Amino acid sequence: MAKRTPLYARHAALGARLVDFGGWDMPLHYGSQLDEHHRVRRAAGLFDVSHMTIVDFADPAPTRTLLRHLLANDVARLYPGKALYTCMLNEAGGVIDDLIVYDRGAAGYRLVLNAATRDKDLAWIAPIAARFGAAWRERDDLAMLAAQGPEALARLELVLGAATVAAVRALKPFHALEAEGLFIARTGYTGEDGVEILPPAAVTPELWDRILAADVAPCGLGARDTLRLEAGMNLYGSDMDETTTPLVSGLGWTVAWEPMDRDFLGRAALERQRTVGVPQTFVGLVLEERGVLRGHQPVYIDDREIGQITSGTFSPTLTRAIALARVEAGVGVRCQVDIRGKRLPARVVKPPFVRHGRVLIE
Amino acid sequence: MSSIIPADLYYTESHEWVRPNDDGTVTVGITDHAQHLLGDLVFVEIPEVGRAVAAAESCAVVESVKAASDVYSPLDGVIVEVNEALADNPELINEDPYGGGWIFRLKTAAGLDQLLDARAYEAVAVAEDEDETSLANPKLTG
Repeated sequence: MAKRTPLYARHAALGARLVDFGGWDMPLHYGSQLDEHHRVRRAAGLFDVSHMTIVDFADPAPTRTLLRHLLANDVARLYPGKALYTCMLNEAGGVIDDLIVYDRGAAGYRLVLNAATRDKDLAWIAPIAARFGAAWRERDDLAMLAAQGPEALARLELVLGAATVAAVRALKPFHALEAEGLFIARTGYTGEDGVEILPPAAVTPELWDRILAADVAPCGLGARDTLRLEAGMNLYGSDMDETTTPLVSGLGWTVAWEPMDRDFLGRAALERQRTVGVPQTFVGLVLEERGVLRGHQPVYIDDREIGQITSGTFSPTLTRAIALARVEAGVGVRCQVDIRGKRLPARVVKPPFVRHGRVLIE
Repeated sequence: MSSIIPADLYYTESHEWVRPNDDGTVTVGITDHAQHLLGDLVFVEIPEVGRAVAAAESCAVVESVKAASDVYSPLDGVIVEVNEALADNPELINEDPYGGGWIFRLKTAAGLDQLLDARAYEAVAVAEDEDETSLANPKLTG
């Protein structure tokens, strides 16, 4: 049977369309995915993302050494309260998962990993962590909520109190604090302002109810996907996986090459790829005609296939189809996408497509 | 999931509805049950007028934010009219699946007795809600 978050009964009572998501019964939408998308861009939405995998390392010193080896980005860039987005690579430079690591000072480090990759992630991490003497435990006693949108923080004042929200507002993006038993981070997967909150599972249903009562709309994972794609954020398993490196996935910016002597897993493979030349580039596409771009559709220039869409959708904000695609390096500004045997013209753009409610492409 | 299944229409197992018209043509759309499963529709690829189609032949595509789904001709025939309004307003299918959300009109000599009646279609819809591999239970990645 599929796993359920502490909010399963709430989703069912709200009439959510529940679907399997990495072994979890999760809400796809509560009626209209498009409405939920717009609520987040224009006001505030609340997502249950408790299926994400949370792992805590309690001992800062050995963990810091471990993570500098395990992760392609460098936790030496962190300080207490700061978060870092990074890939975890295999020896071939392929992406095992993407994750966020939080520096909790004397309390150690917190990793938030994907749900569908949980088993392989933990199987990968366990022996390496043991070698570095870094003890860890999975925090399945914590849930995770994402309150996102331009009005999210204002509406949370009714729930968390003005003082806590003021402290959250004072945080820069990708920073976190802990207050009143809650871990609150200014992170998200929508391209809007907002927070991710990690409450103890036991208090999560009540917190969920109180946030909804503050006029934050329940939003499903369907809207989460269209929001993240508009924001140009990668989805693990679609946009990158163990067969692709960060360098061909638009994630080169997350690889910390300096200092040169930091020996992180996958480094040698990435350096080889960089030396021989990265064969592909990761771009955004906007369909110039009606239709919907989808993952795996082939991309052409004239009659030559130059790559594939990795994830595509209808953009509710742009009201046209957009996609992320991995194509041959040196692609120009025009291409065609094969949709059910028809070649339709598309424009190559640099993601993101939308951030903070604003359309960033022409 | 409760959906509307008008008693005076005919149906297919692939979720099209069929309304016989006085002029011997039939109007075709997708059912309320189907539009619920698909979610918000954002694009409809409509067939060309004049195209001859066979029963169970794919002749239109409806796309929601999440997925594309074929629409099959319920009967042998020739497409004589299509709902052009769907090009700009695919959500008509969500809002009014048996009215403004019609997809095409078919000239056909085929008998309607090969189609399902409302009661038989309801059984199909209920069985599908309980089937984890069906459209009612799409798989998400990531």
